[in-house]
Amino acid sequence: MIEAGAAAPDFSLSNQDGDTVSLKDLEGQYSVLVFYPLDFSPICTDQLSVYQEVLPELEARGAKLYGISVDSAFAHKAFQDHLGTSIPLLADFQPKGEVAKAYGVYIDERGHNQRALVLIGPDLAVLWAHQSPTPLEIPGANLIFDALDAVAV
Amino acid sequence: MLGDAGPLVFEYADLECPYCAKANLLLTGLPVQRVFRHFPIVSKHSRARVLAHALEAAGMQGRFWEMHGSLLADQGHLDDPHLWERCEQLGLDVTRFDADRRSGAVAERVERDFRSGVRAGVMTTPTLFVDGVAHPGVPGAELIAQLGG
Repeated sequence: MIEAGAAAPDFSLSNQDGDTVSLKDLEGQYSVLVFYPLDFSPICTDQLSVYQEVLPELEARGAKLYGISVDSAFAHKAFQDHLGTSIPLLADFQPKGEVAKAYGVYIDERGHNQRALVLIGPDLAVLWAHQSPTPLEIPGANLIFDALDAVAV
Repeated sequence: MLGDAGPLVFEYADLECPYCAKANLLLTGLPVQRVFRHFPIVSKHSRARVLAHALEAAGMQGRFWEMHGSLLADQGHLDDPHLWERCEQLGLDVTRFDADRRSGAVAERVERDFRSGVRAGVMTTPTLFVDGVAHPGVPGAELIAQLGG
C-alpha cells in the first residue's frame, strides 16, 4: 500500500452524478480517500453511515471525504441515495480498479478493494495511510480524527 | 445500569437496529451489569435519534430499561403515537416525557454517548465492550458463554 510521504497517485474518476473528480481538484484541502469493497454490502453500509454522522465535524476541520470502489457511477448514485449520504462516491470502474491498484489496495483474487483510508494533504502528498487487516474489519472514524490530529488540522 | 453483579458490559446500540434487538434478547437474563450507550445512525435509521431521546426521557422518570425493552421488542411501531402509548403502559407522565425528550440535556447526553463510541472505534451496532475489548455485531455463542449464558 502507498505510504506517508509519497506523492498521491493521479486519478480522474466519475462521481455518482457523472461529474469527473481528479486528484488536482483536491489541491489546497485535506482529503480522505475511503477505499471500500463494494456498494450495498452490509459492512460498507455501516462504514459510510458512521462517517456520514461525523461528516460535519470532519468538514469543520477542513477535511473532505471521497469513497472509492469498483462499482459504476450508476450503482454509486443508488447507493448514495440508499444511505442518505452526501459523501461523494467515485467509480473506479473502467479500467476496473486502476486507481486502487495505483494506491496498492486492490485485491486481485476478489476483484475489489481492500478497506483502506488515505489522507492527502493540500499539496497532494500522502500524509497517512491505513489498511484494514481484512475487508471485514472496518476502519473506525476515530482513525480519521487521529490522523487529522497528527497533522494538526 | 441493569443488573447489580457480574461483568460490566457496555453496549453501543441503535434502537431502530434489528441486530440490537437480537442482541438484547441474547443478553437478557445474563448475570452481567449492562450499561447502555446510544449510537444512533440516522442516515440509516431515520427514527434512531428520536428514539434515543425518548429512551433518555423515560429514564428521567425511572423507566429506562422498561422503555428500552419495549422499543426493542416491537420495532414496527416507533412513531410518536406509539411512544405515547408505551409511556401510558409504563405509567409515565406523557407531557413531561414530551418536554424531556426535546430538551437540550437529553440531546447532549445522546450526543456524548455517540461521540464516546466514535472515539472508541465503534463502527457498527450493536458493539459490546467487555473488559475493554470490542465485540462488534450480534454477540456470538462464545461471548454469551463467557458472560455466563
